[in-house]
Parts: sequence; C-alpha cells; structure tokens
Amino acid sequence: MSEAKLQVDNLSIQFINDGRTTDAVRNVSFSLGREKLAIVGESGSGKSTVGRSLLRLHPASARISADTLRFGDLNLLDADEKTLRSIRGRRISMIMQDPKYSLNPVMTVGAQITEAYLAHHRVSQREARKQTLEMLEKVHIRDPERVYSLYPHEVSGGMGQRIMIAMMLIPNPEIIIADEPTSALDVSVQQQVLSVLDELVTQRNLGLIFISHDLNLVRNFCDRVLVMYAGRVVESIRAADLDQAQHPYTRGLLAALPSLTQRRERLPVLQRDPSWLTD
Amino acid sequence: MAMIEIQSLNLSFGLDGSRVQVLKDVNFQVREGESFGLVGESGSGKTTVLRCLAGQYSHWEGELRINGERLGRTLDRDRCRRVQMVFQDPYGSLHPRHTVETALGEPLHIHGIGQHRERIGAILSKVGLNDSFRYRYPHQLSGGQRQRVAIARALILEPRILLLDEPTSALDVSVQAEILNLLADLRQREGLTYLMVTHDLGVVAHLCSRVAVMQHGKVLETLDTNDLVRGEASDPYTRMLISCSQHKSRDRDCA
Amino acid sequence: MTTQISMAARTSSEPHTRYQALWLSLGTGARRLLHNPLTGAGLLVVLLLLLVALFAPWLATHDPLAQDLNRSLHAPNADNWFGTDEFGRDIFSRLVYGSRITLYIIALVTVIVGPIGLAVGTISGYFGGVVDMLFMRITDIFISFPSLVLALAFVAALGPGLEHAVIAIALTTWPPIARLARAETLQLRNADFIVAVQLQGASSARVILRHIVPMCLSSVIVRLTMNMAGIILTAAGLGFLGLGAQPPLPEWGAMISTGRSYMMECWWLVAAPGLAIMLVSLAFNLLGDGLRDLLDPRSE
Repeated sequence: MSEAKLQVDNLSIQFINDGRTTDAVRNVSFSLGREKLAIVGESGSGKSTVGRSLLRLHPASARISADTLRFGDLNLLDADEKTLRSIRGRRISMIMQDPKYSLNPVMTVGAQITEAYLAHHRVSQREARKQTLEMLEKVHIRDPERVYSLYPHEVSGGMGQRIMIAMMLIPNPEIIIADEPTSALDVSVQQQVLSVLDELVTQRNLGLIFISHDLNLVRNFCDRVLVMYAGRVVESIRAADLDQAQHPYTRGLLAALPSLTQRRERLPVLQRDPSWLTD
Repeated sequence: MAMIEIQSLNLSFGLDGSRVQVLKDVNFQVREGESFGLVGESGSGKTTVLRCLAGQYSHWEGELRINGERLGRTLDRDRCRRVQMVFQDPYGSLHPRHTVETALGEPLHIHGIGQHRERIGAILSKVGLNDSFRYRYPHQLSGGQRQRVAIARALILEPRILLLDEPTSALDVSVQAEILNLLADLRQREGLTYLMVTHDLGVVAHLCSRVAVMQHGKVLETLDTNDLVRGEASDPYTRMLISCSQHKSRDRDCA
Repeated sequence: MTTQISMAARTSSEPHTRYQALWLSLGTGARRLLHNPLTGAGLLVVLLLLLVALFAPWLATHDPLAQDLNRSLHAPNADNWFGTDEFGRDIFSRLVYGSRITLYIIALVTVIVGPIGLAVGTISGYFGGVVDMLFMRITDIFISFPSLVLALAFVAALGPGLEHAVIAIALTTWPPIARLARAETLQLRNADFIVAVQLQGASSARVILRHIVPMCLSSVIVRLTMNMAGIILTAAGLGFLGLGAQPPLPEWGAMISTGRSYMMECWWLVAAPGLAIMLVSLAFNLLGDGLRDLLDPRSE
C-alpha cells in the first residue's frame, strides 16, 4: 500500500425527488492505494452510489458534496465534463454486474474492445487488433481469434464478464471499479473471473474498488473491507481480520450466512439498532 | 412413504431440427415431511423439474407421482391444492396492481373457499406479517416482506408440498436468514414436504436433509446432506461445487 | 439504491381499508399528473369541454337551430360572440351544442373500441398459436387500409349519419389497440405472477380478465386518449365530406364544411369551429402524453 491514488473525505450524496430529499450516502471517507478495497453492504446501503459518484456517473437528481474527492492530483469534484470524459475508461474504468447489458449487442466482441483501445490510443487499426487479441489472451480466453468475431449473445456469462474485464483493462487504467462483477455468474465461473481479475490487478499494480454484497467472497479476494449500512461506513477493517469485526452489523451479517461447515438449527437474525444510524 | 416420486422424467423444447433435451431421465424420490434440495448451476434443468411438478409444462414424458397418485399432463384443481410453488424473484411474483389481500384472496376465490377475512388474517400471522400489511401494494413492501406474502399465497390453499425455486437468492443475507428460519418453522409446524431448487450449497446444507445434484439435465447423484457436508460426495462435479463454495471462505482457487 | 428509503417514507401513512389504499395511490397519481403544466392544461380543456357539454342549454345564448335570415353572416359582435352563419344561426351557441356531438362520438367510439381491442389483443397474446394467427391476420386486414378511406367505404355502404360515422370510425381504430394489448400480453404471459395464478388453478378467462387486462389497461387508456384527437379529426373529416352528422346538427366538421363557401368574406364561419377542433384535439394529445408518463412503467 503505497501513496493514495484516490482520496475521499466526507462524501455525502443526496437524492432529490419530488422535493423530498433522501440521504443515500453520508460522510463516507476512504483512501485507495495499490490495493483491493471492497465496499460491502446490503441493497440500499449506498455502495453502488459511492462507486458511480467517483466517476460522476450519478443521476441528475443527485447532489454530491465532499471535503475531498481527489484522484491523483486532480479534484474530481470540480472537474468539468471534458476532463471527466478523459478520465472515464482511460484512467478509471468500471465493470458492471451483467455483461449482457454492458456489451453492445450489435457489435462483435473484438470490435468493441478495439474501439475501447482506439478511443484512448492513436494507433493503426491493425495494431489495435493485435493489442485486443493479446488482451483476450490475458483474460484466459483460449481461442482469441474466434472469440474476436463473436457477438455478445454468442458467449457465455463467464466469458462475457472476462471480455468486459479485457475491454476495461485495455486502456490501462489506474483504478478499476467493479460493481458486483460476479453476482450474475455460477460459482464455478465466479472463481475463474475473480482469478483473472486478481491476476491482472496484481500484475499491473492497479487500485481496485470491489463493490459486493457477499462478505465471504470479499474476505478472500480483497485486502481491505469497508462495510456500509444505510449510507454510512460502519466499519473499515483488513479482510484477514474480518473474524474479529467489531461492529454488530458486520458480525450480524457474517453470522446470518448459512454455511456448509457450521450447521446451526436456526440462523441468527440481524437485530438492527437505530443507533447505527446516528453514531 | 414417498411424497414425490419422479421416474425417468424427460423433457425437450423446440421442433425436430433444433430440439434441445432439457431433462434426461431424471429420477428421485422425496419422502413425506422431508426437505429435499435440488442443486446445480444455471442451465442444469433444476428449475424445469420444479415446473413440471407444478404443472407449468405439460409435454414431459415419464412418470410423476404425488403421494402415490400418478399425475396427469394437465393441471387440475386438486393438484393445485396439494402442490404450490414459491418463486425466486419476489419483485416479479406478485401482481403489481393487487393489494396483499387481493393476492391472497385470489386462490380462495378460485377454489370457492369462504371466510376470506379470517383465513387471510391467519395466514399473514403465520408468515410473520401483521394485519397492517393487508391493504398494501407490492411496491410498498420490502423484498423480504414480498417473499413472505408469496409464501403466504402458496400456503393459503393448505398444500402438502411446497416447491421452492431459489426462494432467497434475490434477498439480502440478513433477510435470507429470516426467510430460511420461517421456512424451517413452517415445515415443522405444518408438516410440509419441501422440494427446493438452489445454487447455494450453504442454503441446502441449512434447510435440506437430502440433495440431488444436477448437471446438463441429468441427476448426477443423490446424497444425504450430512455426507455432502463431510465431503463424501462421489461425483467429481459435486466435489468441485463443494470445493468452490468452501473455498469462498478460505482460498480462492478451484475449478 | 434509494428506493427502499423512499418506500419507507411512502408507507408511513398506512392504509387500513381497500378503498383507502386505492384512494392513496390515486392521490399520488393525480399529484404526479398535474406536475407537468402542459398535462394540466390539457386536463383543464378536457374538463371545460365536459362542463360546456353538460351545461350547454345554460351557456348557449341562442337556439343553435333557430334561423334568422335577417341576421345572416354577421361578424362577431356583442350579441353573437362568434358571429352568425349563412342562415343567421348563432355560431357560439352552435359550438356549445356541437361539443355534445363531439363528446358523444368520442365516448361511443371509445366504448366500442376499448373492449374489442383489449379482448382481441389479450386473447390472441395469451393463447398464441392458431388463435393468435387468425386474430392478427384479421387485424392486419383492417390496418392495411388508410383509416379515412375505410371509414368512407363503410359510411358509403351504410348511408350517411352520425351513428354510422361512429361505427365506421370504431372499425378503423380498434386494430392498433388490439396490437398494443397483444404486445403487452406477450410480455406478461410468462411473468411469475401470471404463472403463479395459473398454478393456483385459475381458468384462462380468470387469468385474462383479472390479471392481464388490468396490466394492459394503462397503456390502452393512454393510447385511447391519444386516439381521441384522431377520432375528433376523422369525425370532423366525415362531417366535412357530408357523411357524418347531417344538417342542421351543429357538428364542428360539418360547420367548417358549410362555412367554406363563405370563407373568404366571413372568416369566423370556419375559424371558430376550426379552433375548437384544434384546441380539443391538442388537449387530448397533451393529456395522453401526461397519462403515459404517469402510467407507463417504461418511461420511469
């Protein structure tokens, strides 16, 4: 963990709908170095909103405020649309949950990756194609030449997600935000995708923000975990230390998970404490 | 005695040229009062088995028996009162324009059962909801509350068998625990037989006593959950599934 | 992400009866409908049309049919606000009474078209196969003719008259509704909540009537509202061609038709009913747009 690539202090996000204000994110602070940081929470906890707001991809009804929202030496909070466009994809890229919806259905997989590369590099079409094939190989696709000319509906979910990873990594970004990248996949495929992601992130020394609802998945895959509840970070802990989590919410989540090895008559139900919302 | 008996069940979709066989010679039995798990990855045909039993598909071949009686191809009312299903997605399984009361009253109307008010009140309290939920629309309920309503709807006809299609996979972990506890309680109290489809071995280990593992439309093996937990599965695919879900909590390489 | 939070806010006022639940959701609907000023304007004009039709005898300053040849073709003045026509009839009063005819046509066409379109669409979408094939080919036949031509053919066959015009218009407007209902039904047919009632033993009729039709209703209502503008225009067109309402009935299209020969000297003969037609059809369009924003889940 060297210098921070991303520094976030007191990030708050509100949604304004029909004159009603809802706080989606409240005073979230963290910094990201060359590491794998997980943001974990249940639906409605604001974890995805945090991820999107870093790229300023939030809906128009959202109001963002923060003391610091710094990427390298750039202030993301004041950056204009043009600067942001040059950052999105090129320096920070995002992997979404379902490759089915994030890939363009009428373009071949290869053409899409090539386009992503060309958007940020001035090279010939042939060079871009060569880079694409190399990238496909890096995400462990066995026959890149064949996969290059496939359409998204012709590839399986696991391969689609690896293609997404290839597409997001080809411009060589510094930070990747992965929003539930494996929840739409089967367990066996999940592991493949995660190991590909892990390999590339480690190799290239990137910062990864891994947004997930699955504490168990995250505990092996990431270095550090932020646990969010109702828009707040209730606990920030090293993944290896999750067993010693302090906050009752984190502990409740861990206990509520049915497991293969520890069988219990009843699962302990999480008792939500209103004081979690205030302190 | 076997509550559910499935013998050489076959099912295919599509016409001659592009015929796809979804189920290949599926066999298993579920005892009365048992909770039986059907495990597999997407495309393994586990949900299709459920839908054949429920009566959604009618062009299957083979033999299905419930409580010793052979099932016909068409869905009759008698079967509806014995077998009911709970769906995976609590957001899609309730009619968006019907209140909880309308949704629960519908099966009673269909089967000409009276005393709606009392029955609906009773079933709501059984699934842990109070009377204030009666006149709410689905969009006013959380995911867990919706799944409770869906369970209540399945139980209001007092079936003996409940088919559960990944009933908790769309829910948050903390809500999943509540629903799993509820399902366990209901089975014990009402003497229900469960056939549950899931991809989560943890859930199976928690709720079920026996498991059938499916891949590519075939049942690979049927085994006791205790054996599954002890790692005594014989089929390599089952072992792979187990190691993947255990590795999730230890190490990350499998496959 | 925020939906759960906002949902909690919405349920704070808990309904205790079925009617209260309905009332609460209607209330939020109405508030959202009036949120857009254009929709509000459309709704206002439509309400105004209803009131004018309802209170026509009190609003009209003259008898709409009474001729007074001494006062023919007078320009708008204090006594005849919109002037008089070639027989000296008061145009304002004729417009006021004409609103009744317009509403009569709209209401009758809607009452005929809505159920037919819904029935054909949902049945063919739900059953599919041969039924779908048969129903949709019939629909295609009706769609393949330009609507005014088809309407003209029917009126020509049945003879001119208001009722015949209504039937003719209805014949040309149901197919798009049927197609819309069919498309919606195809989407719904495999939804879990439909499968759930099927597995509870509901008959096909029950599934269609109680579960599918209510889901199609909103888009059909939107489509019908948008269609009303077209209905008014087709009715006016038939009236203009002398095939709709017959003289001396003050139908707006027929008024333009007869006024056309004096149009150069007496602009009010054509302008007043023309503006009325324009205003009302615009209002229905705006209202339809607003209803779509409100009812169509895809636009959210």
